[in-house]
Amino acid sequence: MMGRDTLRKWVNRWMLALTFASALIAMVPLFLIFFHILSHGIGAINLDFFTEMPKPVGETGGGFANAIAGSLVLLALACSVGLPIGIFGGIYLAEYGGRKTGEVVRFFSDLLNGTPSIVVGMFCYAILVKPMKHFSAAAGGAALGIIMIPTVLSTTETMLKMVPRSLREGALALGLPYWKTMSSIVLKSARAGILTGVLLAIARVAGETAPLLFTALGNQFWSLSLKEPIAALPLQIFTFAISPYEDWHNQAWAGATVLILMVLCLNVVSRFFMKNKLARGRS
Amino acid sequence: MKIQIEKLNAWYGDHKVVSHIDLQVSEKSVTAIIGPSGCGKSTLVRCLNRMHEITPKAHVDGKILLDGQDIFKEDPVRLRRRVGMIFQKPNPFPTMSIADNVTAGLRLNGTRDRGRLEEVAMESLKRAALWDEVKEHLHESGLSLSGGQQQRLCIARALAVNPEVLLMDEPCSALDPISTARVEELIHELKNKYTIVIVTHNMQQAARVSDYTAFLYMGELVEWGKTGDLFTNPKEKRTEDYITGRFG
Amino acid sequence: MKGDRIFEQASRMFAILLVVIVASIGFLLLKESLPAIRKFGWQFPFSSIWDPVAEVFGAWPFLYGTIVSSILALVIALPLSLGIAIFLAELAPPYLKAPVAFLTELLAAIPSVIYGLWGLFFLVPWLRTSVEPFLIKHFGFLPFFKGPPYGIGMLAAGLILAIMILPIISSISREVLQAVPNHQREAALALGATRWEATRMAVLRYGKAGLLGAVFLGLGRALGETMAVTMLIGNRPEVSLSLLAPGHTMASVIANEFAEASGPMHLSALMGVGLALFGTTMVVNAGARFLVWKVSGGRGEVRE
Repeated sequence: MMGRDTLRKWVNRWMLALTFASALIAMVPLFLIFFHILSHGIGAINLDFFTEMPKPVGETGGGFANAIAGSLVLLALACSVGLPIGIFGGIYLAEYGGRKTGEVVRFFSDLLNGTPSIVVGMFCYAILVKPMKHFSAAAGGAALGIIMIPTVLSTTETMLKMVPRSLREGALALGLPYWKTMSSIVLKSARAGILTGVLLAIARVAGETAPLLFTALGNQFWSLSLKEPIAALPLQIFTFAISPYEDWHNQAWAGATVLILMVLCLNVVSRFFMKNKLARGRS
Repeated sequence: MKIQIEKLNAWYGDHKVVSHIDLQVSEKSVTAIIGPSGCGKSTLVRCLNRMHEITPKAHVDGKILLDGQDIFKEDPVRLRRRVGMIFQKPNPFPTMSIADNVTAGLRLNGTRDRGRLEEVAMESLKRAALWDEVKEHLHESGLSLSGGQQQRLCIARALAVNPEVLLMDEPCSALDPISTARVEELIHELKNKYTIVIVTHNMQQAARVSDYTAFLYMGELVEWGKTGDLFTNPKEKRTEDYITGRFG
Repeated sequence: MKGDRIFEQASRMFAILLVVIVASIGFLLLKESLPAIRKFGWQFPFSSIWDPVAEVFGAWPFLYGTIVSSILALVIALPLSLGIAIFLAELAPPYLKAPVAFLTELLAAIPSVIYGLWGLFFLVPWLRTSVEPFLIKHFGFLPFFKGPPYGIGMLAAGLILAIMILPIISSISREVLQAVPNHQREAALALGATRWEATRMAVLRYGKAGLLGAVFLGLGRALGETMAVTMLIGNRPEVSLSLLAPGHTMASVIANEFAEASGPMHLSALMGVGLALFGTTMVVNAGARFLVWKVSGGRGEVRE
């Protein structure tokens, strides 16, 4: 009896230690990644990085100006596609969706969420690049926009559902038509929450590279035209990273630093607000 | 005296729930703990098998002697084999069969022998007055039983590890009257072999089932004694007020 | 009233648009890959020859590479993720819970290309100079560790995938474990179980289905990962038992060859690979949602 008990105690202590060790082990790559990126990237970040264009192979210097601008253009395009579908889709689910149709829409949204981003890129290639016979920023923006939809949709639905019935009923009782109740009262009230969902979606697509590989394609030169290929931050990081030039490697690190800081800030801020909203909504 | 409680205090964080309790529990008897909601009865009983400490920020002060040994100086895991607990809501393990539920505690202690496990399962189910109803269904899920049966299953599970004391925290409050009656009947039989402490908000139940009764109010032990005496001739006014229904 | 109708119709229209888009993705992939499917028939997924020059296409190397890299990633990530989930759900003191959970979620937010960049310049050299020579020296008799230590290859890809899917498996698992009602833990503890035994007997068993769902979700993510894999796997359509050898996955071959595909048949074959990828992830993710939905009592709320 005694031996058995001590064995169980020992097993208990070791298993607890193992779970703690797992948590520590998982932290190791995180810290390593951060450390390496920051230590390699900070050195290469200077004003040139933000203002200069990539120099031809062999010349040192240059920057990521075109990629940063390109990413901003792509994100704006993505929002123009993803936000209407995501937000109105979320409104539909929260306000009008019947049992069956609601389930179907949610199912397809989940399906899209789990779809590899490169497949979405292939889709946009087939419907935009092929007919236009041109790689373009429009195709890239569309791909990113489609990827954004599920995040925006589910956040919008959740936030709208959290708006108390009493608010809607009060407005309706005052004689406001339903659509005005929605746009003026309910949406305003859920505005902050929806915004955090949008920020999360942007954070997600800002780092996406795969769908851009054969839609936006990337561009060594400055171009903001929607019908032409366009550079993007993650895409240029990729191109520079796999190149054989050390100067380009340094720039890739700089780009990675900027990208990771941007994505993490967006993520942290929106998750923080989201938790707040959800906690308040439950009380 | 099977259990001696000396100057017991218990807190959840800064909130003191149980104050300065001195109580004794006789062997092979039923002691009922009664009192209005929130008076600390559950907390008191949960101290007896050191389940109170599981809750984060909970802590205890004082002594509890089981057969003369202070339980706070002993291994809680071993203590809980000697002091079993039945909870308010029946909580059989849903992923285990009825037989596996009963033998769960035994298997933890290393018993592997199939024969022995089956033997103990049958014995415990008989002692919990459930055997006849489930003997054909031993391999079905624990959840396939009614509420009252599930509670008796939990009792069988607790009995299987051969405890000396059984703690029951409002065991009948989630059950219908018929199941309640059967569990009360069971308690009558069990007290020949086990020391039982039962928390109940139902005074009639306490009167029916227990040998001794303790009345708790706002975390303090107001009065305790033989059940008959306490109900017919309470010494404290608060006890009298509670029993006659003036509050609680 | 009219405004109401317009508003409702607009919302419905956008919701339907979503469904149409997703359905179109599948439909279009099918349509574009038909030429290749017609030419190569049922052999397509099982033939190992991928030769754009000779216009002979077989997708087996990519299916193989996807399966091996994903399984490798799961084998590494699963015990760690489960450990973290148990730690956060059952054992961690409150002051550790929030920071560890937060840091784990940060791992999930890092873009794939950055994992690839880091992998290329730190993981790969480390593998090439320390880990792989060690494996060759001590385990080289096994077919899994044969070949020169390139650094780049299946092992690198599997490792980086493991790091990438760890957050999602552990966070879903943690939610599943936290959803297990407290009275189950108490029942086990009251019987005289140690903390670990109570976790094993009451909590893990209760959440079995949900934990399996978390694994499926991690698998789904691993299947579709593109950038980090294509930067670390070597991009060679080879089938090799050795983990040290370069390879390809469905996602990485598309990333590598699509933009410069050498002809319509090449493109169609790649579309076929994309179709396979889409179908596989769809099945895995549907399975995952079902399992997690079953456990959470129909809520199915899964944060990504």
